Amino acid sequence: MTGKMSEEEQPKYAELDEFIKSVNRDEHELIAVLHKAQGIFGYLPEKVQRYIATELNIPVVKVYGVVTFYSFFKMERQGKYVINVCLGTACFVRGSEKILDKFEDMLEIKAGQTTEDGIYTLQTLRCVGACGLAPVVQVNGKTYGNCTMDTVKLILDECKAEEENHE
Amino acid sequence: MSKITARLENRADFKKYCKSCDKVLDIKKHSKNAPIGKYIISVCSSSGCKASNSDGIYEELVKEVKAHNLEKKVEVSITGCFGFCEKGPIVKIFPDDTFYIKVKPENAKDIIEQHIIQGKKVEKLLYINPATGKIITKQENLPFYKKQKRIALRNCGLINPECLDEYIANKGYRALEKVLFSYTQDEILDKLKESGLKGRGGGGFPTYLKWTFAKNNKSDKKYTICNADEGDPGAFMDRSIMEGDPYSIVEAMTIAGHTIESDAGVIYVRAEYPLAVDRLNKAIYNARKMGLLGKNILGSGFDFDINIKYGAGAFVCGEETALINSVEGNRGEPKGKPPYPALHGLFNKPTIVNNVETFANIPYILNDNQTTFSNIGTEKSKGTKVFALAGKINNVGLVEVPLGTTLREIIYDIGGGIKNGKKFKAAQTGGPSGGCIPASLIDVPMDYNNLTEIGSMMGSGGLIVMDEDNCMVNIAKFYLGFTVDESCGKCTPCRIGNKRLLEILTRITEGEGKMEDLDKLENLSNVIKDTALCGLGQSSPNPVLSTLKYFREEYEEHIINHLCPAKECRALARYVIDQSVCIGCGNCARKCPVEAIFKTDKPAKNPKLRVFEIDAHKCIRCGACATNCPVKAISL
Repeated sequence: MTGKMSEEEQPKYAELDEFIKSVNRDEHELIAVLHKAQGIFGYLPEKVQRYIATELNIPVVKVYGVVTFYSFFKMERQGKYVINVCLGTACFVRGSEKILDKFEDMLEIKAGQTTEDGIYTLQTLRCVGACGLAPVVQVNGKTYGNCTMDTVKLILDECKAEEENHE
Repeated sequence: MSKITARLENRADFKKYCKSCDKVLDIKKHSKNAPIGKYIISVCSSSGCKASNSDGIYEELVKEVKAHNLEKKVEVSITGCFGFCEKGPIVKIFPDDTFYIKVKPENAKDIIEQHIIQGKKVEKLLYINPATGKIITKQENLPFYKKQKRIALRNCGLINPECLDEYIANKGYRALEKVLFSYTQDEILDKLKESGLKGRGGGGFPTYLKWTFAKNNKSDKKYTICNADEGDPGAFMDRSIMEGDPYSIVEAMTIAGHTIESDAGVIYVRAEYPLAVDRLNKAIYNARKMGLLGKNILGSGFDFDINIKYGAGAFVCGEETALINSVEGNRGEPKGKPPYPALHGLFNKPTIVNNVETFANIPYILNDNQTTFSNIGTEKSKGTKVFALAGKINNVGLVEVPLGTTLREIIYDIGGGIKNGKKFKAAQTGGPSGGCIPASLIDVPMDYNNLTEIGSMMGSGGLIVMDEDNCMVNIAKFYLGFTVDESCGKCTPCRIGNKRLLEILTRITEGEGKMEDLDKLENLSNVIKDTALCGLGQSSPNPVLSTLKYFREEYEEHIINHLCPAKECRALARYVIDQSVCIGCGNCARKCPVEAIFKTDKPAKNPKLRVFEIDAHKCIRCGACATNCPVKAISL
């Protein structure tokens, strides 16, 4: 175990431990373990990767190699609202590139980045299979179909309203 | 519902169970024995319709049924994808087969009060044939379904995907019964051979051959893998089959396991498909509980079980050797072939990898339909193929047609033509590995051989329709961008070659291209095709080569005239003054920082004034003119 575990992190590591035990520390289950870890921690920082390497008894480079190979695994903390603009072909030919541009303009970040306040992460993905609704944007799993420039505004307004409600 | 819920220990138990499920689909299939006056309301619960709140419709329907004390008369149920995603969410009423489109939760009241209680169809939710303006009430009469033949999708939109009884009632598990108790392994392979079934995931390799190789390779352990890593952006048939008919996959894999003597199955599925995973898990759980999966299936002595493994977002993992690497917990990099997985597959054991749609066809074929299946299609491509029709088309959705159906039939008869009355320009099949088919080839019968011949491929069946507003250079650039993102980096031609292709394409779309770039594109593409390690790399230049072949003049226009005819490439966009709108005020010319706008001698609306024009060579595309035009006569 490298690095100190904070009190807040302890139950998280305990949950991960339980899962690793349930797969008998089988190194072939690495991807399943990473899915689980990302589900628990929200992302896969170096510390978590080192922990998994130790527990599965494999080199850290192996873990790092797998994490960086698959686009699903994230090494940076994600924003509170993860906005995914679908850039699948069906959405692309119906203008999703312009939707992405609009988000980039309004949030002043590029795709793949998180705003400084940690509220928004802007990402692209390749096809959620809702091609009938193209272009499609997903925010924390909720799908918005037939998006236009107005939908972009609407989505950000909704997030803002929710943010204010929480405060 | 069937009263039998205990594990089926032998064939006799299974037969009893089948009999007890006999009546389950009576209402849906309009059987003579169907109870009179009863209704089933089926709500589409696939990802597409769920995204438009079909869950809310389901809940409201259940509430309304309760509020009107109709529980004994009306059953509200879920079903898989109807395919007509453009008009979703879809609700179908049995036994009258009324097909309601674009339903909202608040319509539940109308459906119950008007349709069920008063016996009057809810007109505002019915499909209107755009060609005739007439209302169509029944699903089978919709033009969208007329030319379709649903085999792989036979249960989608019919059965409740979470209900084993309904799967059984529509001839489910009869093929497995025959395979376990009546056929030898060679007979199964013969039947598959006779059907002519080829892999539906891309390559089109004969399924019986793959199985024969794996069967003939002796080993203490063999694996049966279902490739559900549907990575082609714009294709969603595998997802729909898993969501709408998960038992067909479980049954087919069990059949495959028995045939090649494998006891372990793996479904490798995209992590982006949570609903499909959920339905598969339920199907696996129920099949195990009923003795249709696990140890000693139906008392035959055959053991087979299935595990689900998640992908993690890598397109290359659709390639079988890369997929196997990923299942083993490694980076999903492909290996050179041979040896093929049928000899050295998962954990170096003989393995078959088949795609979801391929598996979905197998229970149908092995239920004595091999001849029927081979009578559909063309000489070399048998059966049907599911296409995911998307893009600039009126009826986006999933369509299953006999192989050999022309693009024209799919786009115009089924797809309802191009959106907003625009002109059809091209269709892309096979996703990033396929090519663009131009309008001039719209009457080519779509089968494996023809598509390859014209420079595209069947691929998994994504079919993206493009109209006159789509720039073909930009499309090629889009696909190359995808390939560069998704290249695993193992072999040089794919890792570096595709990157160079993308750079050249980007240059052209930004007006920096040179004529010799076109030759470079072609040469480099051919080198990549010949030398890349796996299917992803070998097919990645197809979008470039096919657009170069059929749309060369569009490339030349970008290079020579710095013009994007489809006006899609932003760097080449030009501001133009619509002279029929221009009032000749001269505001634009005054605001232009580079004096690119000049007065013509053509009169404006007020004949005393003259209209203005922009000198494209001087224009720096700052947009000051457009912002300051009082009548919005200037646009890109």
